[in-house]
Amino acid sequence: MRTIVFASRNTKEILRDVITLFFGLVFPLVIMVLLSAINSSIPKEAAEATTLFQIQNLAPGISVFGLSFISLFSAQLISKDRTTSFVLRLFTSPLKAFEFILGYTLPLVPMSIAQTAICYIAAIFFGLEVTPNILLAIVVNIPIALVFIALGLLAGTFLNEKAVGGICGALLTNLSAWFSNIWFDTSLVGGWFESLANAMPFAHAVNSARYVISGEYGKIMPELMWVIVYAVVLLALAITAFTMKMKRNK
Amino acid sequence: MYAIKTTNLTKKYKDKTAVNSLNLTVNKGELYALLGVNGAGKSTTIKMLSCLIPPTSGDALLLDNSIVSDSAKVKQLINVSPQETAVAEKLSVRENLELVARIYGADRKTAKSKVDDMIEKFDMHEIVNSRAKTLSGGWQRRLSIAMALISEPEILFLDEPTLGLDVLARRELWTVIEKLKGKITIILTTHYLEEAEALSDRIGIMAKGELKAENTAENLKRLADTDSFEEAFIRIAGEGVK
Repeated sequence: MRTIVFASRNTKEILRDVITLFFGLVFPLVIMVLLSAINSSIPKEAAEATTLFQIQNLAPGISVFGLSFISLFSAQLISKDRTTSFVLRLFTSPLKAFEFILGYTLPLVPMSIAQTAICYIAAIFFGLEVTPNILLAIVVNIPIALVFIALGLLAGTFLNEKAVGGICGALLTNLSAWFSNIWFDTSLVGGWFESLANAMPFAHAVNSARYVISGEYGKIMPELMWVIVYAVVLLALAITAFTMKMKRNK
Repeated sequence: MYAIKTTNLTKKYKDKTAVNSLNLTVNKGELYALLGVNGAGKSTTIKMLSCLIPPTSGDALLLDNSIVSDSAKVKQLINVSPQETAVAEKLSVRENLELVARIYGADRKTAKSKVDDMIEKFDMHEIVNSRAKTLSGGWQRRLSIAMALISEPEILFLDEPTLGLDVLARRELWTVIEKLKGKITIILTTHYLEEAEALSDRIGIMAKGELKAENTAENLKRLADTDSFEEAFIRIAGEGVK
């Protein structure tokens, strides 16, 4: 019950932050509108050769990219609670470390699902075919959402509010954009860049979402497993880091 | 039974001893002020007593419960109003109070009743639906103390409750604290000597991690052979009059 009460407070804090909400929900949609407009202006021959910006590929990519802003939500929340000493008040309460992490994480999961759903609904207006695969694609995005939430929790546990803006708002969103196959195929760059992209979870998340939309079900799990492992490891790290922070009271 | 009894309570950070073998007792219902210059060890003491950090050695019993072996029980009996206002900024006054009440186990109905009670006691009718971040410093401090009291603690830690407030807001908060005297045990840390003198039953003065003296303000002045409490503090904190 304590976890639910704390999670409810966190939900209110996030939903009442208009600027963060704008970046989380509206900004990815703006990018989709712009890229769809660019794609529709590309000559037919070139458009057929460049499939990356076609809506069935673009929508899964944007849905993953949009989730990178979730890190900003979780990081800012924890960091602000630390800097205002609100978390100090809660540390003296009966709340335990795992209840804190669950309380910070739980509100962001439905928000991530809503964000992905909004992204796909918008994509329908740009020509994405309506199939049950869209529902599966929303589910498939949950592991990468957990990755971003955990990264935010880690950043918020160690960094101040200003720093998390830089790390999660700029660095992480760029990382997830560059190494994810959303804007360009990393295999075209090749070498260490492609290896690094394949070692990170972002490209695998985008690939699995694209396979869902294209109905290539057999290819989903090998890609998604990467993301699931990352999610489990990063969440475990976030809980450990937060517990240590609680004990050291910093 | 004492509200607080520490036995050789010690906290060391590598080669630095923040609190050295502290032995103090606080009676039930007493308002005990802990004074000291920066780095004297009072904040570390409060952190250990409120189970935020474990002691390196020694122990403290809060209403007979050990901070070392029974911190979960201690946490149910205490609450803290930290130095910073420590409120949830985007939540309203009512929501802030409800949050703390429910984290300490109150159901929705009980929490609402407790919130109404706090709003009445702290005269917060006019700000009850305002978001915390829009409140003045004085109102935020008042809310912070109300949040600490809503769990009905038996021991309340007030860490620099009037820091940064103007004279009027400070005096208003003094009135609030005075009303609590005798009802619960309060440990107050402050840099304002006149605040400790005006509000406390007893005062402990710490320096270099040790308790240099503890007594009533009047007796401390007598011990230091001066009529001024500020002068008494300087002499004790500087020299360690017992």
